[in-house]
Amino acid sequence: MLETQPSIVPVRALPKTRPARLIDVEGIAMIWLRDMTRFWRQRSRLLGGIVRALVWLFALGFGLRRSIVPISGLSYEQFVFPGIIAMTIIFTALQSAISIIWDREFGFLKEVLVAPTPRSTLILGKCLGGATCSTILAAIMLVFAPIASVALTPLNVLEVLIAMFITALALTALGIVIAARMTDFEGFGTLQNFITLPLYLFSGAVFPIRGAPSWLQVVLLVNPLTYGVNAIRGALLGYGAAEIPLDLAVLVVFTLIMLSIAILITRREA
Amino acid sequence: MTIQVERLSRSFGTLQAVKGIDFEVGKGETFGFLGPNGAGKSTTIKMLCTLLRPSGGRAIVNGYDVERESGLVRQSIGIVFQDPTLDGYLTAEQNLHYHCMIYHTPRHVREARIREVLQLVGLDDRRKDLVMTFSGGMKRRLEVARGLLHQPQTLILDEPTVGLDPQTRRSVWEYVLRLREATGLTIFMTTHYMDEAEYCDRIGIIDIGRIVALDTPAALKRMIGQDVVRIRTSDIERAVEEASRWLGYPAHLEDDVLCVEGENGQSLAAKLIRHLTLADIEVRDVSVQAPSLDDVFLHLTGNAIREESVGAKERLGARLRGHGRLRR
Repeated sequence: MLETQPSIVPVRALPKTRPARLIDVEGIAMIWLRDMTRFWRQRSRLLGGIVRALVWLFALGFGLRRSIVPISGLSYEQFVFPGIIAMTIIFTALQSAISIIWDREFGFLKEVLVAPTPRSTLILGKCLGGATCSTILAAIMLVFAPIASVALTPLNVLEVLIAMFITALALTALGIVIAARMTDFEGFGTLQNFITLPLYLFSGAVFPIRGAPSWLQVVLLVNPLTYGVNAIRGALLGYGAAEIPLDLAVLVVFTLIMLSIAILITRREA
Repeated sequence: MTIQVERLSRSFGTLQAVKGIDFEVGKGETFGFLGPNGAGKSTTIKMLCTLLRPSGGRAIVNGYDVERESGLVRQSIGIVFQDPTLDGYLTAEQNLHYHCMIYHTPRHVREARIREVLQLVGLDDRRKDLVMTFSGGMKRRLEVARGLLHQPQTLILDEPTVGLDPQTRRSVWEYVLRLREATGLTIFMTTHYMDEAEYCDRIGIIDIGRIVALDTPAALKRMIGQDVVRIRTSDIERAVEEASRWLGYPAHLEDDVLCVEGENGQSLAAKLIRHLTLADIEVRDVSVQAPSLDDVFLHLTGNAIREESVGAKERLGARLRGHGRLRR
């Protein structure tokens, strides 16, 4: 019941003009913080992501170790470890992006859509949130580097963190474009099968690009994750390290294109 | 004027959902839109809160044009939607705090204001609890609180109590009415519950995209006639005679019951009883029937108001939740 007489008397004249914002930093921070809070609250899901990655690492890395000749002097478990990191990123990034559909179904999106903030707020906040979650999970995976005989130094850890974050941004942005046009849950299951897995498997994560048939090389070249895998592998193992700036540049451009598309196709109405 | 709407219309393809409506809502007024599902209520609300562009006409909310000054309109209104828009994985306080962020409430007043609105809706002691543990009525109250955080001049309530049980509906209304008293807010609401429409200062009855009547609840009821007093007595013939003499015009009988129509049913009944008793006629049974908004609605549209049907989306959501497939 009412104990106190409230002082919220809403008679307050608003300024007649307010500078139109293109980027609302605080609004973006709100979307990001909310994603972080939820990520932390559902940290059991973290465990699921780590277990999935470890299963792949052991099955591929150690299962195939003896059957595959060293690739450019790297054992297969060394070669595949950055690929497993990339897998962690793509699964988490797409899952985060898809949460937009959940927000739409369960209403929270509406709270954001009626707020005095530009349309870009939701898209940019979601992209940063998904990328941060993915990077955190991928960073946790680095702990298992010694198991795959991958040496970590402060420098390559810093390098790989940057590569992981940029890769995560690109994939979250892609996921948001997909989610912005998906309207039901039915599409969600198919997403895993038709987008996540093919993107992961045809990215050079589990086999080297060189030596793949030329039609497959074309597929690899249009897959954004390929560049992420390359950059992460370059940073961790020095394999293809020379291409890192190019890889990151491609990812940044891809991210910007995806974000622009996402902002353009997001309708005003919920 | 807080809300001014002129010839406002909205079409979806060939379907004209809102067909050029006009109305005004004064400062501090509680204005209700009453109508069945699909009448155009939600479409109108969406245009007022700048989620939908009008196809024609214009709407001014708190002095701002919904098309050209949508940012200012948004900042000046608080909205409670028909479907919940809270995040269950966050605490009550977090939900409110994030609202302050996206509405750019000055940092130094946030804490105090959150406390204030929580007290206002009686949820102060639950502020650290996850919203998913709240009952339907508590969630609704929290949404009302959130809608007030950025000090809007107008509160928009879209079917604020749909899906709640009667007791909870009453409690939500209790809070809204206190709030109105305490703040002098302008409230624009939609409902399809006749009893809720009674809380409004004025009601617009909307059907198939048009406003078919707009007045105070009392005036609307007067439109379809007066109160009817029915009296059963020991001697019906003398009762009619006496009543007719007292009234100055012939009273009529309906299945052996004396029926008298008049402005104020209750006092008319009291006077009639006294008069008949003085004439030594024993009054056995009295009833007073006032016209209801249901009658008004029926009269104006030729239809009884239809119960809200559950949307396909909600049903899908409920089904998936039921199967435990949805993990957020």
